[in-house]
Amino acid sequence: MLSAILALSLLALGLGLLLGFAAVRFKVEGDPLVDKIDALLPQTQCGQCSYPGCKPYATAIANDEVDINQCPPGGEATIHALADLLDREPTPLNPENGEIKPKMLAVIIEDVCIGCTLCIQACPVDAILGAAKQMHTVIADECTGCELCVPPCPVDCIDMVEIKQDIMTWKWSAPAIEPAGSQQ
Amino acid sequence: MIRRLWKFNGGVHPPQHKKESTGLNIGPAILPRQLTLPLHQHIGEPAEPLVQVGDHVLKGQIIARANGYVSAPVHAPSSGTIAAIGEYPIPHPSGFSADCIIIDTDGEDRWGERLGIADYQELSPSALRNLIREAGIVGLGGAGFPSYIKLNPGHDKVIKTLILNGVECEPYITCDDMLMRERSEQVIAGLRIARHALQAEQCIVAIESNKQEAFAIMRDAAQNDDDIEVVRVPTLYPQGSEKQLIKVLTGQEVPSNGLSLQIGVVSLNVGTSAAIYRAICHGEPLISRIITVAGNGVNTPRNLETLIGTPMDELIRQCDGDPAQLGKLIMGGPMMGFALHQTDLPIIKTTNCVLSHHRDQMPQQKPVLPCIRCGACMDACPVELLPQQLYWFARSDELDKAQEHDLFDCIECGCCSYVCPSNIPLVQFYRYAKGEIWIREREREKSELARQRFEFREMRIARRKAEHGAKRKQKQIAAKKRDDKEDEIKAAVERAQQRRDQARDSAIEQAEKQRTKDSRDG
Repeated sequence: MLSAILALSLLALGLGLLLGFAAVRFKVEGDPLVDKIDALLPQTQCGQCSYPGCKPYATAIANDEVDINQCPPGGEATIHALADLLDREPTPLNPENGEIKPKMLAVIIEDVCIGCTLCIQACPVDAILGAAKQMHTVIADECTGCELCVPPCPVDCIDMVEIKQDIMTWKWSAPAIEPAGSQQ
Repeated sequence: MIRRLWKFNGGVHPPQHKKESTGLNIGPAILPRQLTLPLHQHIGEPAEPLVQVGDHVLKGQIIARANGYVSAPVHAPSSGTIAAIGEYPIPHPSGFSADCIIIDTDGEDRWGERLGIADYQELSPSALRNLIREAGIVGLGGAGFPSYIKLNPGHDKVIKTLILNGVECEPYITCDDMLMRERSEQVIAGLRIARHALQAEQCIVAIESNKQEAFAIMRDAAQNDDDIEVVRVPTLYPQGSEKQLIKVLTGQEVPSNGLSLQIGVVSLNVGTSAAIYRAICHGEPLISRIITVAGNGVNTPRNLETLIGTPMDELIRQCDGDPAQLGKLIMGGPMMGFALHQTDLPIIKTTNCVLSHHRDQMPQQKPVLPCIRCGACMDACPVELLPQQLYWFARSDELDKAQEHDLFDCIECGCCSYVCPSNIPLVQFYRYAKGEIWIREREREKSELARQRFEFREMRIARRKAEHGAKRKQKQIAAKKRDDKEDEIKAAVERAQQRRDQARDSAIEQAEKQRTKDSRDG
């Protein structure tokens, strides 16, 4: 009787320790679903979805707080990708969050800039370079075109320009010829 | 000994149209009044201009230097003055403009200094490669990969076979054929130099059986070289493609996404070989090449030794055609070439053919019909892909699946489109899918960078907040300490005051006592 109790308690203790060890050793960092959703978002960090960045929006989606149609920069492609991932019905983009626009780039008119650093503080990806009372400039490769720097500028010297295709970014377009009555 | 040849899957036999342009010898193209030299005529980074508007340059003078390892310099093809540096239309399927240097030629065609090497064998492979790099030589077969990189296999690689590609399988194009017929000794001399640079064990010159004359001449030119074998391969498109030719000659397959270097094979185009000879032995950089001007848009199709930068419409005129009457102008051949948006574009290093169609004699556009799943494209594919599967995936934008089916191994040879009974432009779908995948890849990289920068900024803001908080707390503690100290001092002062008062009181008391005692005693 005593030996049975002893054996079982030892077993329980051993397994408990093992489980405790596994919980520490193989702990999953962060929420994998949030990361998966975050990976599908365009990372413009523009806040048009009413969340302060892509990660908070991803967290909200994972918690079922919002619909998946709040991201204008991602457009239809992102909505479809999210629908695939979460097994939901794709819904059309919510017009309240903005409309789908071509990719933009912020450009500072350097003659007008007074060096107030307000845009630097607004940029979510640190893509504006400058110091107080010095001219600022946008690092074009790192600008996501989120437009968050435009409203804080007191002298209105930031333009959003459309990114034009050049030889390096050009690609063949899909053939226009659509086979009549094609079937799969 | 007859070399054993292998076979690759599929391939097609399109009408050759080669006889039209081989009737006349290679002639010199006229010296145009203006030459347009794009800075990006090769695979890799664009070259950097070394000249300014107004500078006078001599023929062969370097005008733009290579920018980075994978790049090539550009030289002045004739003497003259730099008229402009800026964006001008270049031959590219997009029809876009890119940075170019424009030279107004002075008509003198005066050479700058030329230093030829008498005996290339005295130079080390590395010195040879440097000379080839400085001469701006890139693959003239069409891809334009800088040749000195191909000739630099690395220390640990042994090159068994150096293949000289004289296959020229694409219809209409005869520039390599005529080069081998008329300048075989230059081609073979260049091959010997390349062999020395690579320390290759053996050389094979491959020529298709539809070029009997070139084959005979090349065999004679190489008869004294034991390690050079001139091989006749059966005519089959796209045998001139590097990987297919390696399979035919060696039986080996270049791994998917790999280079021929990995299996110890390097291949060069015959035109590149002749350019190497001229660069090393005569000190002449790559400033001209042989161009086939063909098609029904010209009355006298032929091959012309053309300066890089010559406008194509000048060549059309020289071959008795009217640029204004053209319905279509193609750079390259009918299978792999691309249509140009205008006729006055410059010849670049990778232009092997200018194919023109007269407006009234355009090839008929056949109606596109639904895919009937006949599988003819699969039988024709030289890379053994599944073209119809790729077609469905590309059409429905299932790009992941297309990539899984080895879309990027497609060489865009056009065999599948050629055999398709439904006239589906299959290759155009693959080109679209490849471009789309590249763009998405680039966007993914960019968004990953943005995510990292956003997270770093968040982290920095949080850290700064924490630091501020900690500082404020410290200040509070310090202030509190200061208050405590002041209290202590105050208490001590009070204590001292008290003690002083007490001492004074007791002294007075004592004095009083003394006085009463004295008066009592007295």
